[in-house]
Amino acid sequence: MSGRRRPAAVTAQGWGWRHAGRRAWAVAGLDLAIEAGERVLLLGASGSGKSTLLAGLAGLLHGQDSGEAAGRLTIDGVAPSEARDRTGLLLQDPEAQLVMARAGDDVAFGPENHGVARPEIWRRVEEALAVVGFPYPRDRATAALSGGEKQRLALAGVLASRPGLLLLDEPTANLDPAAAAQVRAAVGDALAASGATLVLVEHRVAEWLPLIDRVVVLGEGTAVLADGPPGRVFAAAAAGSLRAAGVWPPDRIPVRRTARAPAGGRERLVARGLSATYRGAPVPAVRSAGLTLPAGTATAVVGPSGSGKSTLALMAAGLLRPGAGWVVATDQPDRPLHRRRPSSLARAVGTVFQNPEHQFITPTVRRELLLAPRRLGWPTERAQGRADELLDRLGLTTLAEANPFTLSGGQKRRLSVATALSVAAPVLVLDEPTFGQDARTWDELADLLAGVRDEGGALLIVSHDEAFVAAVADRTFVMTAGRLTSLQPEPEPSAAVVR
Amino acid sequence: MTLLLAAPDPNTVAARLNPVSKLTALAVVSVPLLISRDATTSGLLVGIELVALPMLGIGPRLLRQAWPLALGLGTLWAANFLASGSVTGLLPVSLRLLALGLPGLLLVASTDPTDLADALVQKWRAPARVAYGALAAFRLIPLLAAELLTLRRARRARGIGLGRTPVGWARTATGLLFALLVQALRRAVRLAAAMDARGFDATGPRTFARPSVLHPGDWAFVAATVLLVAAVVATSVLTGQWRFLLA
Repeated sequence: MSGRRRPAAVTAQGWGWRHAGRRAWAVAGLDLAIEAGERVLLLGASGSGKSTLLAGLAGLLHGQDSGEAAGRLTIDGVAPSEARDRTGLLLQDPEAQLVMARAGDDVAFGPENHGVARPEIWRRVEEALAVVGFPYPRDRATAALSGGEKQRLALAGVLASRPGLLLLDEPTANLDPAAAAQVRAAVGDALAASGATLVLVEHRVAEWLPLIDRVVVLGEGTAVLADGPPGRVFAAAAAGSLRAAGVWPPDRIPVRRTARAPAGGRERLVARGLSATYRGAPVPAVRSAGLTLPAGTATAVVGPSGSGKSTLALMAAGLLRPGAGWVVATDQPDRPLHRRRPSSLARAVGTVFQNPEHQFITPTVRRELLLAPRRLGWPTERAQGRADELLDRLGLTTLAEANPFTLSGGQKRRLSVATALSVAAPVLVLDEPTFGQDARTWDELADLLAGVRDEGGALLIVSHDEAFVAAVADRTFVMTAGRLTSLQPEPEPSAAVVR
Repeated sequence: MTLLLAAPDPNTVAARLNPVSKLTALAVVSVPLLISRDATTSGLLVGIELVALPMLGIGPRLLRQAWPLALGLGTLWAANFLASGSVTGLLPVSLRLLALGLPGLLLVASTDPTDLADALVQKWRAPARVAYGALAAFRLIPLLAAELLTLRRARRARGIGLGRTPVGWARTATGLLFALLVQALRRAVRLAAAMDARGFDATGPRTFARPSVLHPGDWAFVAATVLLVAAVVATSVLTGQWRFLLA
């Protein structure tokens, strides 16, 4: 069984899958044929069943416990669960893919499971690590790797089993642009070396185009909305016919949401001389950063992963005590933010976290929105009114009684922003708000944040999504190795907050 | 990755021993300690261990890293002290705890978890699914600490503190732990899917990239342990000091 490099062919005939305990089919009646060696980009709005299809192809959907199948899905004529050693699946979260403590051992894990002889295992480990450009020796601790390095190592682990069908489920969604480019290059090299068939699910289309020769767009209920060479499919997308499926042409330039008022309103948050050093770290994560957030202005901080921008956001949100320097919100200019009680902090600053699920506390969407207002002692009527307003504005009214964890990715993101807006704090801090979001949620988020800004909100957006920053931000700072540099002159704080 | 705080130094004798020989030695030492209650047997064993551990490369530096183990032993000792109320009556039980704890320390401080899983699967035919599954889960533990910090911050950002009354504190802490459990389960499910996609649930025979080998030194180590323990028990019985636990 081992050592075959022949690309695999895929057929789906009326294939469907319903997860155990769900009423609706995640995929239904899918007819699709993929030739050996084809490189297919799978597009579609969230909920169209793309990830379920990949899991099915990876042989993960079998057995009565996990759900119910319909129709036929085959890889080279056999069921995917019988063709495990022909497929390789790379997922989004680098943390949830590495098994072993040392890099080489991790790559060897797949071949071990498939019963490859020992000398051959290590030959393949060396080969796979070379293909992905892994820069360290094979005894490197996996825990010491960056997110991008982990993802390339996970790709090496997939390649070591020499799959004829490579399945990639948003492999770069959690990475900064530089790390994402390295993963894409590694995938390109791997495809060139193996000639394997590729099925890729990815929202950011443009960068992947050189590796793709066919685009399949799935709609509601896994209907194939469009299928063909990228040029033809994206010409249709440009004409707008695929907008409902969340597909935008790769050369689309997002609309810039210009501020209604000129930048530089009354300052809402002032930070000076901020520094932070993590325990055991040789150098500070942030060095002497100064920042002023005026009302009605969206301020962006960009920079690569590890440059200290998330640490800066935590300090600006009053969630991390600065090692040196100070942050105040101007409603209480004499009290450092990190020293304020949680309820007092929530009145001044709302925070949106990278992973929306971290913010969910209650069993229903509505109660998430009532939580902070109640904590702050709002009268019931006012709290209910605010919750209704936010539900309506974010298109969550029909989901008011749903459990937050059952929402789609885009709905979760909108709810997490809504919770931060629930008490209408004058400052909103967002850490990578577009992380792992599809194009439609991306646009909704841009509109929403521009709206909050135009109502007088002072926004701090920390992001490596350059397009998002270009679409929303009025001023941009760059973070490099803990140093914050402004692309615009920083306004002086008024006398009230000078300490 | 380590069982303790810092990685075991691979150049010590103890680290080169196969984990299953260390487990065997630990079992051999524990037999007389579990069935006797006199201070002579345990005292002699402690004496031998204090000489043997440095020879195997477990020095004071490694002992310092073993604080979780020392904490556990200390708690057991304190519980015994509170129950019996006397210090002199505690001598045998303290020596027994120490005599069991020191070889336990040898195992923990000198064993790489990967080597342990390899040895258990290859030498003792432990199911690979359990051994490597546990190993993968072990790797996620440090992530939990980071996750908990983020969850606490997310709560603070929404106006929720740890609670000012004990009841409020308990309620918040319970909610926090539940949220942590949810995140841990979700990540575990994703990791399990990634592992199965790489053939972890394959039914065919598995091969091993890292052979787990028993060297002559392993046999010598186990034999020496058996001989020394037998000599200690003989000494204690012949001098009339041996007290059977249930007698």
